[in-house]
Amino acid sequence: MPLSLATLDPADIQKSQQDYLWTINFGPQHPATHTTLRIVLKLDGERVVDAIPDIGYLHSGFEKLGEQLDYNQYVTVTDRMNYISPMANNVAWHCAVEKLCGLELTPRCKYIRTIICELARISDHLLCVGAMGLDTGAFTYFLYAFYQREVIYDIFETLCGARFTNSYTRVGGLFYDITPLVVEKIRKFVQDFPAAFRDMERLLNRNLIFVDRTKGVGLLSKEEANNRGATGPIARASGVTRDLRKDAPYLAYNDFDFQVVCATAGDCFARYYVRMEEMLQSLRIVEQAIENIPAGPINVDIGERKNLPDKREVYQTIEGVITHFEMVMWNRGFEVPVEEVYCATEAPNGELGFYVVGDGSNVAYRARCRPPSFIHFAMFPYLIKGHTLSDVVAVLGSLNIIAAELDR
Amino acid sequence: MLTRPAVITALTQQFAGLTVSEFRGDTRLVAPREQAFAVLEQLKFAHGFDLLVDVTCVDYLNAREATDRFGLVYLLANTVENDRLTVRVFLNEPELTVPSMVPLWEGANWLEREVYDMFGITFAGHPDLRRILLPDEFAAYPLRKDYPLRGRGERHNFPVLRRDQA
Repeated sequence: MPLSLATLDPADIQKSQQDYLWTINFGPQHPATHTTLRIVLKLDGERVVDAIPDIGYLHSGFEKLGEQLDYNQYVTVTDRMNYISPMANNVAWHCAVEKLCGLELTPRCKYIRTIICELARISDHLLCVGAMGLDTGAFTYFLYAFYQREVIYDIFETLCGARFTNSYTRVGGLFYDITPLVVEKIRKFVQDFPAAFRDMERLLNRNLIFVDRTKGVGLLSKEEANNRGATGPIARASGVTRDLRKDAPYLAYNDFDFQVVCATAGDCFARYYVRMEEMLQSLRIVEQAIENIPAGPINVDIGERKNLPDKREVYQTIEGVITHFEMVMWNRGFEVPVEEVYCATEAPNGELGFYVVGDGSNVAYRARCRPPSFIHFAMFPYLIKGHTLSDVVAVLGSLNIIAAELDR
Repeated sequence: MLTRPAVITALTQQFAGLTVSEFRGDTRLVAPREQAFAVLEQLKFAHGFDLLVDVTCVDYLNAREATDRFGLVYLLANTVENDRLTVRVFLNEPELTVPSMVPLWEGANWLEREVYDMFGITFAGHPDLRRILLPDEFAAYPLRKDYPLRGRGERHNFPVLRRDQA
């Protein structure tokens, strides 16, 4: 089966068919793609003339699965979309379901979700900048970043028992309440992280090799960012001042003092820098939230019939028994309106939204995920054309492509 | 710049076939297939909806209260005024073609390819309408509701390579 060319311009096709061009297969297994994706590069010497992304190696039908698993079961699948920050995916999915049902979360649940979202953001950005450093030759930096990720994994493990695939949220609430031990660990992280962050900054921000390899590479203007659907840190590095945490505040983001980090350069270095500064802002949010978690229940009232009641209520009250029974019987309980909603959250990588179509049952009729990686990877050929082969890894690293989210 | 109700009023006056609905604070516009491009063009250039957030599709086969087979979803956002709007286009077999939005937003390219890949809806004027996630040999559209969940899949469509041929 010959590879069909994705080149749009006929003149480009002709150019890329000239036989002095080298064709290099980048991926599907390559240390610098970090995940399974393939790019066919046409090279003129070291200059990239054309890049043809070939994706789908990790396609596993997540959206089809969303039509078979109920609203609480599907959260385990969202874990596996962006497995770098599963908590953010969990929250995004259940925010959409709760919007469909019209549920108002308890203040305590909102705060805890905000905290885990921001920890997930720090963890995601650490991976992105760490891997970007690794690809451009800064191995120490990568280890510094991964040490801090490990601390966050420990926090998540204490919180919900799982390190990577957390599945922590439930419709209208959370799996477990936060414990004093977790609060203690998060406090310690908040205390220790700035020092590690300063070390990381000193290693890379003014590192000549890194700056030379990233400044002016992969330029994305503000107009092109909007034209190509960029969101999140990538759009903000190009001068778009859009952050859903400020623009359409969800969860408890209204209560906290933080800033939206923007840059205007739009190159790989700007994207790196925006991510670095966003970590500090996220830390500020965690710092404010962890000291002010409101008391009260984490789940919505059992009258809503949306989540399993506490065992004490099941054994001691009639409403508890009824709700528990309704919830565990596969053909009862859990009614959603026959409607459709789109709910977007500001995930670490950009706007992560779910388009959920409810058909009245406890299984979604359609569960569409708006994956930021997919939309960002679409602009990769545009960003890399004209740069050298060694810039491919810098641009890929700055886009933070997670193939599981890319292919779903 | 107009607020969202004013945008809706202006659009419904300009295009006759639009219907508007509201749910949980989201406004949805249903546009006829012929007007889809013009409506989105108007929204982009006259009303500042400069970001195409997502293009997706829902297959309403056997769905409750559904009259059409496919419903395309265009999610738009105004990054300056911070507003959102959903535009729906309903399609029925055998007319499964809509104009491509790539001339308006370059970002529609892969999103429309994905809809084509999963639902088999073709986008007229798309520069590169190929399957994106599934291999080219794949013959079916798996996110359609009539695609079975069990079975041996599409492996019969793929060429078999033995070791001595590889």
